Amino acid sequence: MDNNSPLFQIKGVKEGLLISLGEGDWPMVQGALLAHIESNTSFFQGARIALDVSNRVFHAAELGLLRDELSERGVSLWAIISNSPTTEETARLLGLATRLSVPKPDRIVKSMDTALGGEEAIFVNRTLRSGFRIEYAGHVVVIGDVNPGAEIVAGGSVMVWGRLRGVVHAGAEGDESAVVCALSLEPTQLRIATLIAVDTKQKGKHHPEIALIKNGRVVAEQWNY
Amino acid sequence: MAATVITITSGKGGVGKTTTTANLAVALAAGGQKVVCIDADIGLRNLDVVLGLENRIVYDIVDIVEGRCRLRQAMIRDKRLAELYLIPAAQTRDKSSVSPSDMVRVCDDLREEFDWIMIDSPAGIERGFRNAIAPADIVLVVTNPEVSAVRDADRIIGLIEAEEKGPAQLILNRVNPEMVRRGDMLAPEDVLELLAINLIGIIPEDEAVMVATNRGQPVALDGKSRAGKAFQNIARRLKGEEVAMDELEEKPDLLHRLSRVFRSGG
Repeated sequence: MDNNSPLFQIKGVKEGLLISLGEGDWPMVQGALLAHIESNTSFFQGARIALDVSNRVFHAAELGLLRDELSERGVSLWAIISNSPTTEETARLLGLATRLSVPKPDRIVKSMDTALGGEEAIFVNRTLRSGFRIEYAGHVVVIGDVNPGAEIVAGGSVMVWGRLRGVVHAGAEGDESAVVCALSLEPTQLRIATLIAVDTKQKGKHHPEIALIKNGRVVAEQWNY
Repeated sequence: MAATVITITSGKGGVGKTTTTANLAVALAAGGQKVVCIDADIGLRNLDVVLGLENRIVYDIVDIVEGRCRLRQAMIRDKRLAELYLIPAAQTRDKSSVSPSDMVRVCDDLREEFDWIMIDSPAGIERGFRNAIAPADIVLVVTNPEVSAVRDADRIIGLIEAEEKGPAQLILNRVNPEMVRRGDMLAPEDVLELLAINLIGIIPEDEAVMVATNRGQPVALDGKSRAGKAFQNIARRLKGEEVAMDELEEKPDLLHRLSRVFRSGG
């Protein structure tokens, strides 16, 4: 079986099959990929595929369509590996993984070390609805609300320009200097490093607040920067 | 004619998707529009029951998709409204018997002949939901003023956005105006503040709905009940008419209106 067409390459990895896309416009590559799967049904039946799209940028509809086309052929798409943060975000919205395996802790520390003089942050310009989860080694900035049922896990601090009502964990790698701030701080649960704050919901009060660790406890204060 | 495909969905079960689909279809058809309903809840069909058409099913959507019948043969014509048709779900199969692209194909075949194609989505966020929204031009999300239903609505609205089928529009079902006034029920404003999408209608809690559903005679058929009237209002809004959002107001008798004028004027 020829697994190395110039349009894509297929190899077996611990987690299943990894398909790396080559050059060529997307409809052609997708067509060739689906045709290849159809002509090797027995090989692909029940396969789990991670797709390495390198620098290509995908819209949600394109990824959704690909996932459906694959699932009709008995193949499940579980991860998109991409160099583009936009495509990674899109993949996460569709519930797909964006890493082959969980990143090792040393890699996270390293990426934060190199971020001196302009710390790394991810900027999320939308409301996070129930079921969405953002996990990032640096800081997370959201313009929009974080609704109940949504989750943010950040290595650094979390700042929400909106109402924070979901679950938030800042300093998830143990950084006790991390803070959480929001225009209205009413999280379902708030964690900083290893500490958990409960009873942070304050109904009716809508003023900006910042949560941080003071004397070994998580406290919320008026946000006066 | 080029139909608009409307998918009615919710995430949570039991909030009134099927009742809403049936009533909006009836209200549109009663206004002279050509409407076909598709029950996408394969394995748990009940749109046929609510419409009172269950004893006339011969073929279903899976028969169409698998080529056992022509599209026309599976379309059941309503006894009361000449312009209303139903394509029922299969009861003995599951969601995987139909794919999102099958749904798009079936809807494309129907578009020329109808004004509206109404798809009743199953509960959940899996294959059945994706089947139901794949062909949608407009997605209506039904929810109740309950925290759990609103949470699921929020989730489903996010998924609709991710599938680039948004922005969805909201129907708030089973609102009890008296309980809202007492502060014992989430108010429409609270729900809208969280979900942040356009509200297309509020259906007041109404015993007439349950009675009508059990009889297979949707309340929107006569529009005498409050809920029936509210469904008719949504149908008019779908057609682009401006209809005031006054479903929760008391019966508009003169005395009440006067007292409101005095209160707000005082």
